Amino acid sequence: MAEQGLKYTESHEWAKIEGNIATIGLTDFAIEHLGDIVYLELPEAGDDVTAGTAFGTVESVKAASDLNSPLSGKVTEINEELPDNLETLQNSPFAGGWLVKIELSDASEASKLMDCDVYEEYLKNQD
Amino acid sequence: MKLIFDKSVPGRCGVMPAKSDVPTSVNLKPELLRNQDAQFPELSELDVVRHFTDLSNKNFGVDTNFYPLGSCTMKYNPKVSELIASDTGFANLHPLLPQLRGGGMLTQGALQVIYETDMQLREITGMAGFTMQPMAGAHGELTGIMIIAAYHRANGNKKTTILVPDTAHGTNPASAAIAGYSVKTVPSNKDGVMDFDALQEMMDDEVAGLMLTCPNTLGLFNPEIKRICDLIHSVDGLVYYDGANLNAVMGKVRPGDIGFDIVHLNLHKTFATPHGGGGPGAGPVGVDEKLLGFLPVSLVVKRDDGTFALEYNREKSIGYIAPFYGNFAIVLRAYAYILMLGKEGCLRVSENAVLNANYIKERLKGHYDLPYRQVCKHECVFSAGNLLTKYGISALDIAKGLIDAGFHPPTMYFPMTVREALMVEPTETESKETLDKFCDAMIDLTEIAKNNPEQLKAAPISTPVGRLDEATAARKPNISYNCPLCG
Repeated sequence: MAEQGLKYTESHEWAKIEGNIATIGLTDFAIEHLGDIVYLELPEAGDDVTAGTAFGTVESVKAASDLNSPLSGKVTEINEELPDNLETLQNSPFAGGWLVKIELSDASEASKLMDCDVYEEYLKNQD
Repeated sequence: MKLIFDKSVPGRCGVMPAKSDVPTSVNLKPELLRNQDAQFPELSELDVVRHFTDLSNKNFGVDTNFYPLGSCTMKYNPKVSELIASDTGFANLHPLLPQLRGGGMLTQGALQVIYETDMQLREITGMAGFTMQPMAGAHGELTGIMIIAAYHRANGNKKTTILVPDTAHGTNPASAAIAGYSVKTVPSNKDGVMDFDALQEMMDDEVAGLMLTCPNTLGLFNPEIKRICDLIHSVDGLVYYDGANLNAVMGKVRPGDIGFDIVHLNLHKTFATPHGGGGPGAGPVGVDEKLLGFLPVSLVVKRDDGTFALEYNREKSIGYIAPFYGNFAIVLRAYAYILMLGKEGCLRVSENAVLNANYIKERLKGHYDLPYRQVCKHECVFSAGNLLTKYGISALDIAKGLIDAGFHPPTMYFPMTVREALMVEPTETESKETLDKFCDAMIDLTEIAKNNPEQLKAAPISTPVGRLDEATAARKPNISYNCPLCG
């Protein structure tokens, strides 16, 4: 189940916006459909990311997929422990499994993302 | 099973080498000498023969059983092609010989094979000329993208983007990215083929080209293909034909006639040369008239007097992309295959490949979800989604269950547009009896999924190694072997 208070993309990333900083992660739906995750590639702090374009890669036993940024800005922090502790991403996608934090360059982009209820509705048409 | 090191018995040996009469003191620095004898396994000749015969019996290939790996065209490789390729007249040729003074006349047969294969492939695809150099399909893709880049450079175009469909083989975006392009993905429509309207919206002057597998990886032919080619050409883009699925349309549709500018073919798929561990592959690239000058060197030309020669003098060429002339012995096998089939045989290959795929599709469609229900070409894609929802049995479990039933699993989890995908490509060389056995096994598996899902979760049980923990194997690989001989 997706969490209230977060913003969602069609490619199953979530963003938690607090002031000018957004924490980005993958939804439980994405994690479930990827299957066992074996590799995660994140950007570095200081990198610029653009809404709707790839900032990293996640690879599972089934497939490799881009991680798309929900919002534009500069990476301020990455979850450095995560690539070596992929179980955390699998078990706790909305909390300990966060991927990166970015400083937003255009906070108005958030209005283009889905709220929890809209995302839940979107998921109903996904299978 | 035991490794050969586990079977070693101290002192046992298979051969008695003659006693050395060469002095053992050599002028090597002490730190370069061994402290102890090399730890070779010690076995009798018969032990060794049985060990490797055992291993060979564990091989799985087209020669042993059905191998319906989708988009890989694992067809039978005729043994006569092997015989021809092992002819000492070809097999013992040195690749430098035709480049030496007078050597061209000693290699006329080999040069003629390359030249005539070029002509055959032109006839099959409708292209204006081929290079035989690329060593594999993905190598052909990279060659093709480099030709696209060379074309735009020569025309002063500044273009940055290669388009690929969401059903593309992963090598397509990888090849474009390695050549320095950014890659954009075009979505499919509800019929499973590239969405023309979406493509139209993505078009701009940045588009250098489009890479398209045709029919696509769902085994579907895009009825808009001509309009797609015209649209790409309208911005001076080039259209690239990924030949992975040519087996579906060989002799029926020629990419060059539709408007494709560049084609790669997989000789190890469509033209029955060894494939999958038995390689090496070959991915010849063909181009239309306006791109001929960019082909890699060298090319084989026919002189006015009927002799064949290597030509290097092509100033716009992208240069060498492989040593010498590609995998010549593979080209030779494909040449023999095409000559044996002739035009009529090539047509029948595609007809039977398509017939076999549709037979499987029709027999299994009541048992597995079939997301795209129209007539398919040479492969069909099922979904195990219904089994997952109802019984918790995934495409992976079905694939593992098939191993216990004696079949190689189909391609799974690809294309990514289909959930729990199982992509079956039977090829033309399988009989109705084999297809029926496979379909029966697939139907049995749905019964097991329903009545005894634990059995499928435990599969395979008939192989030397059972179900692997793929996640742990990838996350924490243990790739070292503790040899008992080394203590």
